[in-house]
Amino acid sequence: MNNKDNFLKGIFTENPVFMLVLGMCPVLAITTSVSNALGMGVAFTFVLIMSNVIISLIRKFIPNDVRIPAYIVVIATVVTIVDLFMQAYAYSLYESLGIFIPLIVVNCIVLGRAEAFASKNGVFASFIDALGMGVGYTLAITLISTVREVLGSGTFLGIDVFPFDLVQPASIFVIAPGAFITLGILLAIINAIRFKRAKKAQAKE
Amino acid sequence: MNVGQLIALAFSAILIQNVMLTQFLGTCPFLGVSKKSQSAIGMGLAVIFVITLSSILTWTVYWLILDPLNLQYMRTIVFILIISGVVQFVEMFIKKTAPVIYKMLGIYLPLITTNCAVLGVALININKEFNFIEMVVYSVGISVGYALVIYVFSTIRERIERAPIPESLKGTPIALIIAGIMSIAFIGFAGIL
Repeated sequence: MNNKDNFLKGIFTENPVFMLVLGMCPVLAITTSVSNALGMGVAFTFVLIMSNVIISLIRKFIPNDVRIPAYIVVIATVVTIVDLFMQAYAYSLYESLGIFIPLIVVNCIVLGRAEAFASKNGVFASFIDALGMGVGYTLAITLISTVREVLGSGTFLGIDVFPFDLVQPASIFVIAPGAFITLGILLAIINAIRFKRAKKAQAKE
Repeated sequence: MNVGQLIALAFSAILIQNVMLTQFLGTCPFLGVSKKSQSAIGMGLAVIFVITLSSILTWTVYWLILDPLNLQYMRTIVFILIISGVVQFVEMFIKKTAPVIYKMLGIYLPLITTNCAVLGVALININKEFNFIEMVVYSVGISVGYALVIYVFSTIRERIERAPIPESLKGTPIALIIAGIMSIAFIGFAGIL
């Protein structure tokens, strides 16, 4: 697999949110506004890249039996760095993401990439893999948060998109039920497109 | 805090601040293990057990060791190590002493390490500066709430399996929409306290 495919698979065929449906807690919780989603995306991508690179570097020294605890320690260290960094330099973002920054530790995607990719591949390939996954994740949560912010509070990145109160925003989209329903419908749309493509491909054969 | 306030705290933890439907913690196992009500019960019991035990341990370690030594920033690393240790220990302990329970819970225990509800509750306990009794009541309440919701959800899903729904909605999408509707119902509880 060349680097380009390795990068693109995280965005399309193996998108962590829409295809693998992993690590859903922050996806549901912090997508109330686009700025939150972008902040979370950057933090998440950083953790993914750092942990993948470090684990790929030390993969030959870790005994097979204790590899999972070792990975978790590496990930938790990177997450702590991000946590303290955001607390110092992006406090309002840190406040609104709250508990979901430390919870990146238990995100299945990070551990999943460490186990499935970084433990078997070289440093550069692991870096590309993490970058692709991180970008795919960021794009996915940005899409969800765009739907929720536009429909729920009538804004995009804080800018009013429905001037003169043309449309009354439905606040259900920014509270808990909206998160589940938005994600459910987006997944259904993506599934529908996938099935259509699969059928077309079959018809060609 | 008197008994009445503790009961109020327990109810609020079970219903109003339901960990799954309003705080979005523990979504992966919620969607993954809720296809059969039998496995949902197993997962729910395992979660009650592990959350209560690990909350007590992490709270004690934080206030007795990390806080006096000014090592608060180490909490994420320390907590996740404690939780994976607890899960491993509980698994071995149950296997030796109660093989029947092990058969029921065994396969769900390793999954719990990556259940963010466990670490989430441990961190919330610290952030809210609970005392020991409040912490125990809150942790038990939260985990009972999680078990309740995952069980109710699994019974709905068992019926949905047999319903004629559009192909592209099958599986996760319809599960998420059901969770959304349940979440709307749980908002109604906000008025009881």
